[in-house]
Amino acid sequence: MTGHNWTRASVNWFKYSSPQTFFPLAAKLVPWFGAAAALLCVAGLYIGFFVAPTDAQQGEAYRIIFIHVPAAWMSMFIYVVMAFWAGAGLVFNTRLSGMMASALAPSGALMTFIALWTGALWGKPTWGTWWVWDARLTSELILLFLYFGFMALQAAIDNPRRADKAGAVLALTGVVNIPIIYFSVQWWNTLHQGASVSLKSAPSMAATMFAGMIVMALGFWMYSIAAALLRVRCIILEREHRSDWVAQHMGTLK
Amino acid sequence: MKPRHKRFAMITTGVAALGIAAVLVLNAFEKNLVFFFTPSQVAANEAPQGRTFRIGGLVEPGSVKRQPDGVTVQFVVTDTAQTIPVLYRGALPDLFREGKGVVTQGRLGPDGMFHASEVLAKHDENYMPPEAAEALKQAHAKGAQAAQTLVTNPPTGK
Repeated sequence: MTGHNWTRASVNWFKYSSPQTFFPLAAKLVPWFGAAAALLCVAGLYIGFFVAPTDAQQGEAYRIIFIHVPAAWMSMFIYVVMAFWAGAGLVFNTRLSGMMASALAPSGALMTFIALWTGALWGKPTWGTWWVWDARLTSELILLFLYFGFMALQAAIDNPRRADKAGAVLALTGVVNIPIIYFSVQWWNTLHQGASVSLKSAPSMAATMFAGMIVMALGFWMYSIAAALLRVRCIILEREHRSDWVAQHMGTLK
Repeated sequence: MKPRHKRFAMITTGVAALGIAAVLVLNAFEKNLVFFFTPSQVAANEAPQGRTFRIGGLVEPGSVKRQPDGVTVQFVVTDTAQTIPVLYRGALPDLFREGKGVVTQGRLGPDGMFHASEVLAKHDENYMPPEAAEALKQAHAKGAQAAQTLVTNPPTGK
């Protein structure tokens, strides 16, 4: 009996698994995540540039860490989330899951690109080179190609449902690369240094530096959610354009 | 079993199989995936012969010597067990320091001298303000001094 009451009181989340109901919900959420992203990034950059101390070894050059590390974390995390939605789409045959996966891919590719680019800019003054083919850098580059491959494959197939399925297989295959990126600095000799932050031990950096990095990472996270929600709204409209509710929605806009 | 359970099982099996395949492949390639060899590996003849490769380790403190021409540098790379002398002509990266990490590419000469064509600095994952680094250094020096005192004045039982 109590179980019955509980179900009635709680939100029926499955209601939002249909594109029609998710579309207005996404519209409501976007400004909140966008505002949180802006606030956190401003705060993170302020801590990074004005509060965090100079590094004893690298001087000011290390400050690119406040962009580089959050972008690298997000590049891997977004891939896992994308593969999760792609896999969910395969298993449950839900339309929205595939759309979520497609919406996440460009943000993931952007984060990967930022991580590689800032890494090159950081590598030149510290290591003495823009690029080396060590395990960490190479596996991160493969991640960028996985994102590009996912987007290109989906774009090449006209039928959206078939495009989702083909993309899902590629996305799930690529998941293998994520632990390789993460553990590459432990498994092999690399030029890239090991992780400063891990779940097992205290971060090997000053507290304010760590705080700046975490705040930036949260900001990037919020940005990625906002961007993915905006993008999924476009995808929903595109794919459901023949349905009545989209016609109605477009009608009210006019 | 519902169709979606079947699909879930198939996907899980597929990803698991891929994971195992990746582990096996990476294990097989492990030797070829090294970015650099340590001086100990070179001493054990594990490094490739007759072609360029990279060695990595620490720059031995006090080993860096600049030759009179100003661009040629000589230093010793160590992994605390074995050492390799390195000769390099060119600009060194800013973070090249004695006692810090270095990765260098080049060819091992018959005289045992490593003729480098590229020198890269490998920094560690520790970030701290200069004051903290200074404090650490002092504490370390004090500790070393204390250790030395212990060694030089052992409690003699004779």
